[in-house]
Amino acid sequence: MKTGTNQEHGNQSRYNRLYPKGRKANALAAGSAAPDFTLKSTPDQSVSLSEFKGQRVVLAFYPADWSPVCGDQMTLYNEILPEFQKLGAELLGISVDGVWCHAAFAHHRKLHFPLLSDFEPKGAIARTYRVYRDGDGVSERALFVLDREGIIHWSYVSPIGVNPGAAGILAALEDLQKKEREVTA
Amino acid sequence: MPVSRRDHIQGPANAPLTLLEYGDFECPVCGMAYAVVKTLQQNLRHRLRFVFRHFPMTNVHPHAEHAAEAAEAAGARGAFWEMHDLLFENQEALEDEDLLEYAAALGLDTSAVLAEIEAGAYAGRLREDFMSGVRSGVNGTPTFFINGLRYEGSFDAESLMGALVETAEPEI
Repeated sequence: MKTGTNQEHGNQSRYNRLYPKGRKANALAAGSAAPDFTLKSTPDQSVSLSEFKGQRVVLAFYPADWSPVCGDQMTLYNEILPEFQKLGAELLGISVDGVWCHAAFAHHRKLHFPLLSDFEPKGAIARTYRVYRDGDGVSERALFVLDREGIIHWSYVSPIGVNPGAAGILAALEDLQKKEREVTA
Repeated sequence: MPVSRRDHIQGPANAPLTLLEYGDFECPVCGMAYAVVKTLQQNLRHRLRFVFRHFPMTNVHPHAEHAAEAAEAAGARGAFWEMHDLLFENQEALEDEDLLEYAAALGLDTSAVLAEIEAGAYAGRLREDFMSGVRSGVNGTPTFFINGLRYEGSFDAESLMGALVETAEPEI
């Protein structure tokens, strides 16, 4: 659009000032095995990716709790949880924030899925998925859809200030479901 | 999902411009956009067709779902737009008792409306609206589409009007 200030671009420029160092991420691509991890989800609970073997998993890396993306991404995914579950998928949010920060954010937004704390060593898991922004100290806004065997079926890195929505995730999950039906048919 | 008879539509079917909004009755920005849409409708009159679909963020907006149900209950009685307007004009008062007050003001059977709201009678319809938005890339509210293309500008009347005019009369 030529007229007016573009809200998403305005948001994007704010992010670019906040996180100036990031280069284009070379995220782990489809076909790669998703590296296992164990991260804290609350002060006294941990979640390991290997627990979800046999299920589809959506990993949503995001830069920070409370991040001002118009129509917050985690809030949106929270509303779409029933559809993810219908497609046999568990959703895990991951950022470098600490567990207490995650707890406050999840409580405030009434989130019904785990937020994992990639806090110590900072960003270690984001690095293994190749979505860490060196120098900025946060991960990219990156999505991974894993199949039941823990293989990455789809990955996507959004511009850091842009909420990528969920259309890509749903398409990837439906594609997995279709492939599985073809195999069993 | 293309605009069809299932949708709530204001303006003529053959209007050259269609503005589709995905909105939430408890979202403050949607409330501001409501006044903007009214201005656009006054300026463009029969050249604009306006369509509203529900995109309630029910976890952060605890009244959004019942408000949307109330709008659909009114719609089933031929008063969708009247309720739509009342809800956006009274965003600070969206408790069930407020919704019933608006239903009464529109001359609707309040006990029947309440029963539908409490039963979630239109939940399927609301979810259909919501998921059609998600699949079109809607990531928050309000999101507008102009003749099927997502609008990414700001929500003031001047910006939206500019985008509509540009769509109607593209620069050569």
